Amino acid sequence: MTKKQKKVLYRIIIAAVLLLAVILCEKLTGWSEWIFRILVLVPYFVIGYDVLNKAVHGILNRQVFDENFLMAVATVGAMLLGETTEGVAVMLFYQIGELFQGIAVGKSRRSITALMDIRPDYANIEAEDGSLEEVDPDDVAVGTVIVVQPGEKVPIDGVVVEGSSTLDTAALTGESLPREVSVGDEVISGCVNSTGLLRIRTTKEFGESTVSKILDLVENSSMKKAKAETFIAKFARVYTPAVCYSALALAVIPPVIIGLSGQGWNFSTWIFRALTFLVISCPCALVISIPLSFFGGIGGASRYGILVKGSNYLEALADAAIIAFDKTGTLTKGVFEVTSTAPVSGITSEELIDLAALAEYYSSHPAARSLKEASRETPDPSRISQEGEIAGHGVWAVIDGRKVLAGNAGLMEQEGVVYQKNEAPGTIIYVSRGGEFLGSIVISDVLKENAAEAIRLMREAGIRKTVMLTGDAQKAAAAAAEATGVDAYYAELLPADKVSRIEELLAEKKDKETLCFAGDGINDAPVLARADIGIAMGALGSDAAIEAADIVLMDDDIAKIPLAVRIARKCLRIVRENVVFAIGIKILCLILSAFGIANMWWAVFADVGVMVLAVLNAMRAMHI
Amino acid sequence: MKKTYNIEVDCANCAQKMEDATKTVAGVADASVSYVTQKMKVTFADGADPEAVMKDVLKACKKVESDCEIEL
Repeated sequence: MTKKQKKVLYRIIIAAVLLLAVILCEKLTGWSEWIFRILVLVPYFVIGYDVLNKAVHGILNRQVFDENFLMAVATVGAMLLGETTEGVAVMLFYQIGELFQGIAVGKSRRSITALMDIRPDYANIEAEDGSLEEVDPDDVAVGTVIVVQPGEKVPIDGVVVEGSSTLDTAALTGESLPREVSVGDEVISGCVNSTGLLRIRTTKEFGESTVSKILDLVENSSMKKAKAETFIAKFARVYTPAVCYSALALAVIPPVIIGLSGQGWNFSTWIFRALTFLVISCPCALVISIPLSFFGGIGGASRYGILVKGSNYLEALADAAIIAFDKTGTLTKGVFEVTSTAPVSGITSEELIDLAALAEYYSSHPAARSLKEASRETPDPSRISQEGEIAGHGVWAVIDGRKVLAGNAGLMEQEGVVYQKNEAPGTIIYVSRGGEFLGSIVISDVLKENAAEAIRLMREAGIRKTVMLTGDAQKAAAAAAEATGVDAYYAELLPADKVSRIEELLAEKKDKETLCFAGDGINDAPVLARADIGIAMGALGSDAAIEAADIVLMDDDIAKIPLAVRIARKCLRIVRENVVFAIGIKILCLILSAFGIANMWWAVFADVGVMVLAVLNAMRAMHI
Repeated sequence: MKKTYNIEVDCANCAQKMEDATKTVAGVADASVSYVTQKMKVTFADGADPEAVMKDVLKACKKVESDCEIEL
């Protein structure tokens, strides 16, 4: 509880005790009505002086529909009509409700912000005598060497100059994937150093570091308001005056009609009902619960390493119907590996790979690296007596006195080797020794283990269509499309073609639906911008991706996309619930009090009770 | 130019009122107030002096919500 809230709590207790005391004395001593009415003003002022004060301010500033003004009118009116106790009690319960709301909202805010709390509090700088000094990360100049002890957060981006350790990226990505670092490696702020002591030379200022950029993004996310929020703000602007005018109408029209029809003039009943209207007129429950639900959703998502740049994007994501992907790096790992071999009889696939790796020993081609990685042993270059590269075709090398060729089909044809064609998607390397064909090796980009599962989850989350867009060859694209189960794919696209494909998809979707594009954010910027929602993957350490996209996945786990969609849908469901619930209860109470069924007590519940329930409901958006 | 300020405001409707009031101040191109993060983001019109404008913003906000605070 804050100081302000504690003060209100004491006032509530004192006022409640005083009110009870006055009522008790009246019953026991039988005071006259007038003494009671005057004495009861004491608890009324104790509990309501600030509301009355603000009400006066409101009138002076011509803020007629100020909630304090309305509460003051309602309670003073009730007391003037002879409902003294009720007037005081309503003020008392109004304050209790406000206090409750303040505490509930404060708590919610703190628990959501705690999810996003990756801000490092200090950086350690080593003094000359070897002792560590804690300084504000903002004051650390670029190029300073900072010390990060085990268990501490890396405060600023930099390069390791001494020590080695394992970094935990959980705070950034939502998954504690350990990352090994040693001298010369770049480290990203926001990671937690888990094992060894590190000395890091900073390469950026704190304000430019990853952690600051992420914090800035998340903290500003509630500034980009969703349509639902704008709607509520507009509604609130109309709601309060509308209720107030109907209160006025209720106080005048029915008693006049009844009076004219000759059934007696009874203004006080109708005025009292009108005052009840005023208590219900505050739109706070609506105005608070909607942004809080979005904030909860954004906070919950950030715990999984999904950064949403604004409530509006969360809202759009909930209507996602079509998701388009880039292939390389999004559905696939983006690294090339040996995926299959086809050796001729008499040679094993290991021998084939080893031989090809040795032949490619001096080559810097990416395929050579994949071969070396797949090879069982480190190739021994002393076995090579002569070697060379045949541009655009492959390599040749004399190994153990025999000429080995490794390269594409063109190389085999050129050298007159009789070979067996391999039709698998990917890069094919044919190997021959002494003019005799030994077999072929397929190198291709491998799919992420969970790519097919992620596509299935997307369908389950309600995505109507999944599309793969790639610059890769038709054959490789077809294989990836089949393995992952996407609904459609377009291959051999240039970056500009991707934009036009996205435009076709945009034209195809229905009005309310939205289209997402997920890519690595580096060379997909125009496509990310064109789609309704751009999702950048693997953004950890990539400023460009963080800037370009609307939703940023800190790691490159594609299964986070269906998760984000589910979070967005749940959040929007809660928003709708709150809108219907809060408006519904208020209208119900208005109707009931117009007919004299609901009194001021109900009205207080309609005002504060609904708000507390709406806030509690909003908090569910945090959890999935 | 955009600037973000920390604010102190007690109720959500009051935050909305502050936003509306801020938007009417001369020199403010756009404004957004968030109750949940207790922050105010102001986009200043070209050539406006943020310090002078913010004084007017504070005055305008105090008018609609007497116990709000803006950290300038």
